[in-house]
Amino acid sequence: MPAGIYLNVAVSGLLTGLVYGLMALGLSVIFGVVRVVNFAHGEMMTIAMYLAILLFAAFKLDPLLMMVPIAAVLFALGYTMQRGLINPFINRPEHSQFILLVAVAIIMVNALLIAFGPDARGIQTRYAYDSFLLGPLIVDATKLYAGAAAVATTAALFAFFRFTLTGKAIRACADNYTGALVVGLDVKRLYALTFGLGSACVGAAGSMMVLLVDTTPPLGPAYTLLAFVVVITGGLGSMPGALLGGVLIGVTEALGGLLFTPSAKSMFAFAILVLVLLFRPQGILGKRDSP
Amino acid sequence: MIARLTEGVSQRGLMLLAALLAALLALPLAVNDYLITVLILILYFAYVGQAWNIMMGFAGQLSLGHALYVGLGAYAAAALYVHFGVSPWIGLWLSMAVAAVAGAVIGFLAFRFGVGGVYFAILTIAFAEFARIGFDHWSWLGGSAGFFLPVANYAKNDIVSLRGSPTMFYYVVLGMTVAGFILCHVLMRSRIGYYWLAIRESPEAAQALGIDIFRYKMLAVVISAAMTSLGGVLFAFHYNNLFPEQIFHISRSIELILGPIIGGIGTLVGPIVGAFLLTALAETLGEIMLLAGIDVPGIKQVFYGVCLLIVVVFLPDGVWPPLSRRLGLDDAKAKRREGSK
Repeated sequence: MPAGIYLNVAVSGLLTGLVYGLMALGLSVIFGVVRVVNFAHGEMMTIAMYLAILLFAAFKLDPLLMMVPIAAVLFALGYTMQRGLINPFINRPEHSQFILLVAVAIIMVNALLIAFGPDARGIQTRYAYDSFLLGPLIVDATKLYAGAAAVATTAALFAFFRFTLTGKAIRACADNYTGALVVGLDVKRLYALTFGLGSACVGAAGSMMVLLVDTTPPLGPAYTLLAFVVVITGGLGSMPGALLGGVLIGVTEALGGLLFTPSAKSMFAFAILVLVLLFRPQGILGKRDSP
Repeated sequence: MIARLTEGVSQRGLMLLAALLAALLALPLAVNDYLITVLILILYFAYVGQAWNIMMGFAGQLSLGHALYVGLGAYAAAALYVHFGVSPWIGLWLSMAVAAVAGAVIGFLAFRFGVGGVYFAILTIAFAEFARIGFDHWSWLGGSAGFFLPVANYAKNDIVSLRGSPTMFYYVVLGMTVAGFILCHVLMRSRIGYYWLAIRESPEAAQALGIDIFRYKMLAVVISAAMTSLGGVLFAFHYNNLFPEQIFHISRSIELILGPIIGGIGTLVGPIVGAFLLTALAETLGEIMLLAGIDVPGIKQVFYGVCLLIVVVFLPDGVWPPLSRRLGLDDAKAKRREGSK
């Protein structure tokens, strides 16, 4: 096979990886601050994907433009979940939180199954078959737009955490819970806000992902796993790590699928995960955890 | 021997256990084949839940990839039987060995490299997923098309090759559940059990007291894995078909741990109570849906999820601890254990 193919596949994997990264970023932000692992993450992603499909089917609205309202809906969902359901579980043991979110995930997957049925649904945009020729590269337009949107969303989130007062307050909660309480931060509200933001990331990622794959309800658990793999590879709680992990996993999957069989592609993602967990358990860009 | 086994169990508890066992032994005389298969499922979940509980409930290591050991056990015994005609009673030793080695490898890697908590849980998922995809591409074992055992002849019970009626499987799985229960009871009251509890409550303190925490955590994984693999053997010979997509799937791992968590983690009766409640719930929901004429895929699972949610919100320790208090079964020791959580 000529080298050009590898390059093309790698670039395509990289662009998909950016969307993975954005999805995983949501998980990472939630874990980094609230210290709860969102086991319903991929399921929330599929909710966003179905929202995009509904909007497209009903009003022909482009998912990339609908990113903001969909993210807003997911924000509201995440905020309410944290406020109503997860907050009492903050200090409960991990397995207890796990079951809570697994229950939420089961409800979400099956509610989607009831609403939309088991068949795969996709979106046909005007630019679905467009591509750009960049030297030896043929870049799929959809993937390029999705990747660019993922980068833009991530940049916005970085800016929020870096420069706004609320963003700084959230980081303060993550750094020192007691300290945040002492200086009078409304930790409960900030936690809910964080969960909302993490969910908004998933919402945005979902409206991009819907352009790249066909949606079925069982995608939810698969994406939950994928988000774990990405986030642990990059470093749980590290924002640049999530993006790096996403790109790494995206490229690995794409190349693995090309070199071996596509059905074995996620095996390579898991192999990377195992290696990272063994030799750098805190992730590539993660800091050593001090609980 | 018996006296040692029953040491520390209240008279009342013993009587209730004996009554339960007698009821379970007599049940096949009174119920139809459908209920027998439901009971097999309940006891299967009670057994594997008990095995998982050794790791999580006793030693405090959260494994979310126990489907790996079920799958390995199932495939090992089934492969020996189908390809070489080896009886499952011999095959189960291979199953246990394979699962124990897998557990040891995961445990060794995780505990040597200091992988704990959520990270450990995800490592266990990763290995299970790895196996799922690997077995999907292993054609000697059928790959993704599935691996099939010759279907049992219901008329004749062949206990040596585990081919027979549901009633036979019922007694086999009942025996496994009772044996697992006794094993866990013995472990819990042995030196190892106390070391595990110490490690669960505070690894640092346990280490300071001179407990080799690496060794005892390894022991927990290996025992739990080997025990779980027997569940896989039963699964293979009862259902006669194995698909990597199903048996290694994460939803299987989750299914398996719901029982002990709902029943009460770290308790002996919890996994059994949890398995009863959850399977009965799922089956009842199915029946209600059938009677109501609602045939929407997924609706049963939504109710299931809602029930799960309610239990975990309102009974953080699971169903058994408050229930045992109500039945007047808890001794001072149990109280102390709960207080320390």
